[in-house]
Amino acid sequence: MEQQLPAFIVGAPLLFSVIVPILGRKWRQSAFVITVATVAVSTVASALSLERVLREGTIRYYLGGWEPPVGIEWLIDEVSAFVSLVVTSVSLLVVISTRRWAEREAGDRPGVFYGLVLLLLAGLTGIVITGDLFNLFVFLEIASLAAYALVFIGGRRAMLAGFRYLIIGSIGGAFYLLGVGFIYFATGTLNMIEARQLLEEAESTRAVQVGAVFIFTGLGLKMALVPMHLWLPDAYEHAPSSVNSLIAPVMTKVAAFAMLRMFLSVFPPGYLSGTVPVADALLVLGLIGIVFGSVAAAGQTDIRRMLAYSSVSQLAFIAVGIGLGTPLALAAALLHVVNHAAMKATLFLATASVRFRVGLQRTHNLAGLGPRMPLTMGAFAVGSVAMVGIPPTAGFFSKWYMVQAGLDEGQWIVVAVVLLSSLLTAVYLFKVLEQVYLRPAKPEPSEHDGDEHSPPADSASQPVEQPAMRPVVERAREAPLDVWLPLVLLGAATVVLGVINVVIMEHVLLPGVEVS
Amino acid sequence: MIDEIAARFPYWAIAVLLVVGLYGMIGKRSLVKQVIGLSIFQSAIILFFISGSLLEGATLPILYSVHGGEHANPDDFVNPLPHVLMLTAIVVGVAITGVALSFLVSIYREFGTLDEREMLDEMRK
Repeated sequence: MEQQLPAFIVGAPLLFSVIVPILGRKWRQSAFVITVATVAVSTVASALSLERVLREGTIRYYLGGWEPPVGIEWLIDEVSAFVSLVVTSVSLLVVISTRRWAEREAGDRPGVFYGLVLLLLAGLTGIVITGDLFNLFVFLEIASLAAYALVFIGGRRAMLAGFRYLIIGSIGGAFYLLGVGFIYFATGTLNMIEARQLLEEAESTRAVQVGAVFIFTGLGLKMALVPMHLWLPDAYEHAPSSVNSLIAPVMTKVAAFAMLRMFLSVFPPGYLSGTVPVADALLVLGLIGIVFGSVAAAGQTDIRRMLAYSSVSQLAFIAVGIGLGTPLALAAALLHVVNHAAMKATLFLATASVRFRVGLQRTHNLAGLGPRMPLTMGAFAVGSVAMVGIPPTAGFFSKWYMVQAGLDEGQWIVVAVVLLSSLLTAVYLFKVLEQVYLRPAKPEPSEHDGDEHSPPADSASQPVEQPAMRPVVERAREAPLDVWLPLVLLGAATVVLGVINVVIMEHVLLPGVEVS
Repeated sequence: MIDEIAARFPYWAIAVLLVVGLYGMIGKRSLVKQVIGLSIFQSAIILFFISGSLLEGATLPILYSVHGGEHANPDDFVNPLPHVLMLTAIVVGVAITGVALSFLVSIYREFGTLDEREMLDEMRK
């Protein structure tokens, strides 16, 4: 049983992604219950795997008992077990919390909606724990296909956003596959560990360099690294609330993790500098992205679009860590993958909760909400503080380690940009907090204030957009228990992650980075 | 120059197909043409893997006793793994195309057009 644990992490969601839509047709309520149970199984399997890895060291799981080079290998080390645990547990909380909205937004087919959620989760956990280059491509496309469909159901404006996401995401996947082809023809293997050994022995040939460039371009598109981020703001803004609370925290983060994995387990250190300086390119694009994302976020009036640009900035932060390439910088990037998943889940869930209680999503309309939805807005405030990076919240420590790594390398510009990004994050998030807590409520908030005006054409999928149904802030009440409890847990997690960051760094991330 | 191109003919063809596909996805207003571009792009990658596994004078990767049975020389056989990988990649490609086309059906029902610019105009109204 214990030997087969990794199969449950991916296998359970993959199996039930097919079963849930079938059962959901007949028994509507069963879809949610089975989904939560399945995600819980995956979470528990991840936790047990992590515990086993910490006890016994890296697990190399051979699918079907076929050892490489014949079979596919799953590689569960400290880092991948931990990231898989974070992905599944964040998804679990988000799925529970978004139940009410999902049933409204998914229309008459909750089974299909939850089937897609499980498919997404199967793809994401698969990306995290696989140890095979081609297997990673397959999981990447599974997760992406589910994400395209989930974004697409968000109504009229989401359709074009979802279609563009599909086109750009597929280009990313195709580039990655092309890169894997070069690596395969250069080394003759698809197994990450084997490829690493062969690449270490061989000279850096042009084929490998070209392959590396393709792989990083492809994963860069998937993780929305500037300037390949153009699909992200539209997709996050127009996706249904129950969907963007789910994909914003985990989807791009897992792509970022795949990129980290390339550095940790495939390309030997120093391989990517020289003639084709992929690492330096990541560093530069990351630094540009941090500043660009923050500045763009500060200019948004729609809170979801603001958070989307903020994601662009935070993903660029992870890219900086990968680009620096020292163990400390890589560990800081990993810590930020984890922290950001918790922080963004908190912020997007709080936003969605407000949207469904009050029907407002413009930053300047949230005035006076603080006292009326204390738990939701409290979680939002904690998430914001963590994003800015104020101790003892999680965001502070990943930035702290990154600054340290920058100092060790003598990269002063990294230090400056990371500090600047904290200031810029404070600008746009504290602007919202000021409205929420310090300003009096507006009597008649208008959502239709600018160029972004969208007529509520599809009333079935977006009932809150109907003017007649929109209550004002004065009458707002706290969200129901099953919404705020997961939200408060996530908010608390950002603080807890910060407090126990030393434990995570010393026992999980740094060993994981140094072993490989 | 011409010799150079002739010697690596498949790779030049693949490069051309990749560029054509990219242009279709990025340069075209029609969403259908974007999907066609995507298909061309994916086909180019499949061709890349297949031509990479090609070996002059080699035969099918089936072990007959005429090839020396257990002691057969691997250079006599075409590498079968890229072909198998491409079967999977084709399935993935079909899934993506299928999802894209079903998106197009929904978009057409909603907007009555498949032209990106007309859709944007429609949304501004």
